[in-house]
Amino acid sequence: MSQPAVIDQLRGRIAALEGGPTRLFVPVLPMLAGLVQLRTGGVYGVDSATLGMTLAAGASQAGEWVGFAGWDDFGAEAAQQRGIVLGRTVLVPAPGEHWLEVTAALVDVLRVVVLRPPGGVDPKSAALLEARLRARSAVLVVQGEWPRCEARISAEEVAWAGLDQGRGRLRERRATLVARGGGRMPARAEVVLD
Amino acid sequence: MAGRTMVLWCPDWAVTAGMLELADTGAWTGAEPGVDAAAPAVVLANNVVTVCNAAARSEGVRRGQRRRDAQARCPEVMLLAANPDRDARWFEPVLAAVEAVRPGVAPLRPGLLAVPAPGRYFARRGLDGEEAAAAVLAERLVQEGVWDSRFGAADDLYTAERAARQASPQACLSIAAGGSAEFLRGLPVTVLADDGPEGAELAGLLRRLGLALLADFARLGAGEVANRFGSYGADVWRRVQGREATRLAPRTPPPELACAISFEPPLESAEAVTFSVRTTAERFVAGLADRQLVATSVRIEAEFEEGVSTRTWLHPRCFTSRDLVDRVHWQLQAGMASSGLRSRKSVGETISSAVTVVRFLPDVVEPAGDHADGLWGGGAEEQVVRGVARVQAMVGYDAVRVPVLQGGRGAADRQALVPWGERPVGLRPVDRPWPGRIPGPAPSRVFATPLEAEVVDEASVPVAVTPRGLVTGEPWRIRIGRHWCPVASWAGPWPVDEGWWLASSGAAGPAQGLTARFQVVGVDGRAWLLRWHAPARWEVEAAYD
Repeated sequence: MSQPAVIDQLRGRIAALEGGPTRLFVPVLPMLAGLVQLRTGGVYGVDSATLGMTLAAGASQAGEWVGFAGWDDFGAEAAQQRGIVLGRTVLVPAPGEHWLEVTAALVDVLRVVVLRPPGGVDPKSAALLEARLRARSAVLVVQGEWPRCEARISAEEVAWAGLDQGRGRLRERRATLVARGGGRMPARAEVVLD
Repeated sequence: MAGRTMVLWCPDWAVTAGMLELADTGAWTGAEPGVDAAAPAVVLANNVVTVCNAAARSEGVRRGQRRRDAQARCPEVMLLAANPDRDARWFEPVLAAVEAVRPGVAPLRPGLLAVPAPGRYFARRGLDGEEAAAAVLAERLVQEGVWDSRFGAADDLYTAERAARQASPQACLSIAAGGSAEFLRGLPVTVLADDGPEGAELAGLLRRLGLALLADFARLGAGEVANRFGSYGADVWRRVQGREATRLAPRTPPPELACAISFEPPLESAEAVTFSVRTTAERFVAGLADRQLVATSVRIEAEFEEGVSTRTWLHPRCFTSRDLVDRVHWQLQAGMASSGLRSRKSVGETISSAVTVVRFLPDVVEPAGDHADGLWGGGAEEQVVRGVARVQAMVGYDAVRVPVLQGGRGAADRQALVPWGERPVGLRPVDRPWPGRIPGPAPSRVFATPLEAEVVDEASVPVAVTPRGLVTGEPWRIRIGRHWCPVASWAGPWPVDEGWWLASSGAAGPAQGLTARFQVVGVDGRAWLLRWHAPARWEVEAAYD
């Protein structure tokens, strides 16, 4: 982390000790450094399960609890390979119609919650949840639609290596991650996802 | 001089315990346990007979035989798997029955216990006090379903055990005071084999040395024995000299930790029960805390007017009274029709039948010190446990999970989702090789129920796999859901040959028949793990999303 970022973080901590919600940095994996900075109270959009896990992995490795809501097809092994500590992971595979309440209750106690909303999200519910995020110093990662995001991270130009016509096996996935939003120029990074 | 010791021996206890369990679970169709206990039965470990009962022995079955040899000698023999836990579990009622008559019971191992021999209070006309006591105990044991019990009484534990092994069924062999050494010397050396492998080795050695009776062994000099026969041999030697007296270590009966509450009149709603059990749950936790214990596994029994609901609940840390109240609620809810997702509005639902009794029984208790919070307080973890319990109260016990890894071949086999608050049990070990598992990065999405798919070749003919494991055509386009996507690259088929032995039993699952796995990457960059089932069905097991 660069020097200004450290100072920023320390300031955030001091402000947190003085009371009142502030925006702390939540750790991310090194491969996302320079692309996206997770800050508490923010909503971040992703376009794939892998990216959802990757975004939560940094906090999980730093000792925080993370949660996944609406993931009825959670790949536990993949999550662990990406650095998520399964022992500190809460999974609500199918919250159904209670998804908003469940997510709100999860952000109360978990640092990062990765949500797959069941469908459209109305702006009012979104605003309620965002207020809760700021009050509880949590981060919401949404795979799907959300009215307003701090940043949207998507994987572009995905290329799999190791597979031929009928031979080989999946070995490596390279992708260009693009972070858009916040009124800035899109940030790009070439990473190895798997 | 210390009091005399009485030993109770139940021969072939492992067989008896196995039969008692069969009779208890109803898996055995025998009319009455006592009558059918005469049927030949053996306990097998690693396909070798470890224990056989008298009926099996009379047919020529012996300990150490292989399963097929035992079956060759006695085709109708009942085979029971070895289970030391079961032996100990079923010995517990025997201990309790004996304890009810004579306190101070010392369990030696399943099937063998010692009590201080009763004195003159048991004396009856024509019977010695010890024999009378043995008769009383034998009668109690028959009520428990244990028909073969033998008793021995002597000055010390070792002699009493030997005497019990010499006694006839339900009889007592009493060795007069001071006569222990003389009795032991009269025994053949082969009785040492009952002491385990060490004893069997010594017995064999002595026999080969031409010593038939323990009296012959007793005649050897102390120095020779100590030098040549090791500590076990020296032990036996001192006993036959009458120099070693083993004392009892009687057990303290376990304290009554279970708590129950009965409702009069019976309560009809789950909420009323949940509210009413609160103080009982607090009493249960406090009772454990008085003994510096906490429960990590609790059995909750709820008696309805018709029927009983029993469930064992595990806790990752330890149960507080509030956790217990929650578990009661979930258990009662589980019996209802709307046991799935539940909204907060659905409180006050009536249960199918009124509850009369709720009982908390500690299953596993541990010292409280192991679970104490640090001096600095519970911290974040505690907060998470509370918060997630709230989510659980909202959507139901089973709806909140913790993912864990386990061993396996398919993507879905390699993980398990354990309900929050329960410890994972029965998982396959991860650290085995698991040949045939899918190589490469793990898929990020693993479908609990595979998605339907379609794979066609260039001529739009569905791709299939021949019995020899070759594809009939090259996958060209793939349909998952409604969208068709051209295939960029693919690998396979990897034939899957598992669970074929299940097919004949009629349990037709997705794992049977000829199947093969494929990895396919679409031109959109998405990768899938597909599975083909004969004759022409494709499904998506997992996705590299």
